[in-house]
Amino acid sequence: MLDFIQNFPLFCIIMTLFSGVLCSVLSARAARNCCLMVVSADGVLNAAVLVYTIRMGDSFTYMMGHFPAPWGNEIRVGVLEAMLAMVFSIVMLLSLLGGMKHIFEDVESTKVNLYFLMMNLLFVSMLCLIYTNDLFTGYVFVEINTIAACAIVMARKGNQTLVATMRYLCLSLLGSGMFLMGICILYDITGHLLMVSLHGAIEQLASSGQYAQPLEVVIVLFCVGLATKSALFPFHSWLPDAHGSSTSASSAILSGLVLKGYIILLIKIVYRVLGIDVFNSSKAINVLFFFGCCAMIVGSLHAMTEKDLKRMIAYSSVAQIGYIYMAIGLGSTTGMIAAVFQILAHAFTKPMLFDAAGGFMEVSGGSRKFSRLRGAGRRNGLAGIAFVVGALSMIGIPMFAGFITKYYLAAAAIQSGTKKLIIGLMVLAVSTLLNAMYYVPAIMVLFSRAGGNAQEGDKFTLICDKKNVSFVIAMAVFIAANLYLGCCSGTVIRLIQSGLNMLA
Amino acid sequence: MLDTLLKHIATNYYEATAMIVYGIGFTTLLLNRNIIKKIIGFNFMDTAMYLFLASKGYITGRLAPIAITNPAKFEDYINPIPAGLVLTGIVVSVSFSAFLLALAVRLYRAYHTLNIDKIVKLARKEEKEKEGE
Repeated sequence: MLDFIQNFPLFCIIMTLFSGVLCSVLSARAARNCCLMVVSADGVLNAAVLVYTIRMGDSFTYMMGHFPAPWGNEIRVGVLEAMLAMVFSIVMLLSLLGGMKHIFEDVESTKVNLYFLMMNLLFVSMLCLIYTNDLFTGYVFVEINTIAACAIVMARKGNQTLVATMRYLCLSLLGSGMFLMGICILYDITGHLLMVSLHGAIEQLASSGQYAQPLEVVIVLFCVGLATKSALFPFHSWLPDAHGSSTSASSAILSGLVLKGYIILLIKIVYRVLGIDVFNSSKAINVLFFFGCCAMIVGSLHAMTEKDLKRMIAYSSVAQIGYIYMAIGLGSTTGMIAAVFQILAHAFTKPMLFDAAGGFMEVSGGSRKFSRLRGAGRRNGLAGIAFVVGALSMIGIPMFAGFITKYYLAAAAIQSGTKKLIIGLMVLAVSTLLNAMYYVPAIMVLFSRAGGNAQEGDKFTLICDKKNVSFVIAMAVFIAANLYLGCCSGTVIRLIQSGLNMLA
Repeated sequence: MLDTLLKHIATNYYEATAMIVYGIGFTTLLLNRNIIKKIIGFNFMDTAMYLFLASKGYITGRLAPIAITNPAKFEDYINPIPAGLVLTGIVVSVSFSAFLLALAVRLYRAYHTLNIDKIVKLARKEEKEKEGE
């Protein structure tokens, strides 16, 4: 007997897809309301699914279209998937609310409804990446995700975004090309596309030693392909342009969620397709660890030299993505917990920083340069507070979300072998220092007085635009979520742990 | 060593061709500075993948997977799944080509060149001028 709640993941996907189609014929305001309503409804439905999976204590698979497993398509939901989907809905809603005012300013007025169409598409593709139990469906939604992400980058008026989109798209296509090649080769050596059957076939191959080389190639293609799309160092060159130049809601969603969607797919592949043992014994894991470490350092070094606030935050994303890959590269359960927690922590922190940056630009004549942003944290106090909270979390101060990630990362490094222990702890320490070295000066600039003498603009105003209620709500919830993740991480960690157990 | 390698290539010449074309497409998309050639490279890459899939799904001496014998026996037909994957892939690559070409048109209108390096340079200059105002 199929419980009714088991239909909810499919409902979310279908509902979001159709509301996307609907947005193309609605007016801008109606499209906005439609998008916000659907995303909040998704949040509620996914919360119900989360409660259901926790109560059941197990994951469930949902058959689509009345074709049983080897022929039909499947959705698979456990605690981890439900939790990620719920968090993604919340972050999506808050990012949109926080950047709403700028969407209507930055996007051409006749195309605002199409912007929300793309948002719906983007969100549905992320839901599918989280829920799917079929590798090829995963690929299709990776591509939908890419095209929607490019569209929301170029939604902002001006030629800057066109250039950024072009660079983003080219590298992204290389990544998905490699990913597709990986799927093709895997299909050839196993004859399956469904994750469960693939897992069995790969276990057999690994134990018999057959096709060892093609399997290694497949693992590398998956890792490199998805790493390119999620902007791991050497492949990060597109990120600062794409995230820096787009409107604040787009930047928030791109670095908070879109990058994570691919990493979640990679984690699912690691657990559900390759099997954690096969992945840990492959050499690709060391490559991920190494480049993750490099990204943590290089991203921060780039961020230090930036004179542009949004580009600085974007480079900080490169470093934070490095944390996730380093955690995956450690190859232990604690490392994987750290990776998933970092996904959540970063999803709640980076959109807050980008939306706050939008708030600063609003009170500084639309400029993103630090020279013009002097004192912006006083003129828009709420954004200032949010930026401080976000920055402290990124640096890894206790009480904030980023600290817990670093704590678990260090714990995972200690559990691993000597080489990874020394490199991991050193890189962690250096990167924390580097984070502080660019976030603290940024805070100082934002809160310093604009001129030599006291001016009208120097007064601290908490809420600069009383009409922009959505911004206030978004910032308040983001700050609260960050503190919650930092102070009461126990529940979340337990959920992640049981979710990972269900994945394996 | 070389002997066995050549023998492998000769028996799997479809796959070998597919990989060579894939490599050409991949490097063109990555390294060529001309946007139109990048798009051509992207199409090369995807087409190579379809060749690879189609050749893997083909079984010598069998029919296309359209049921004509009654009762239909699966031994008569080739594997239909790669064909399905190729169709999906074609849809994806067509939409991406359209998106890329539209983007190329807009970039050419804005900067009057198709060289991505020149475009990036011009865009930087434009931004600096805007800041300077």
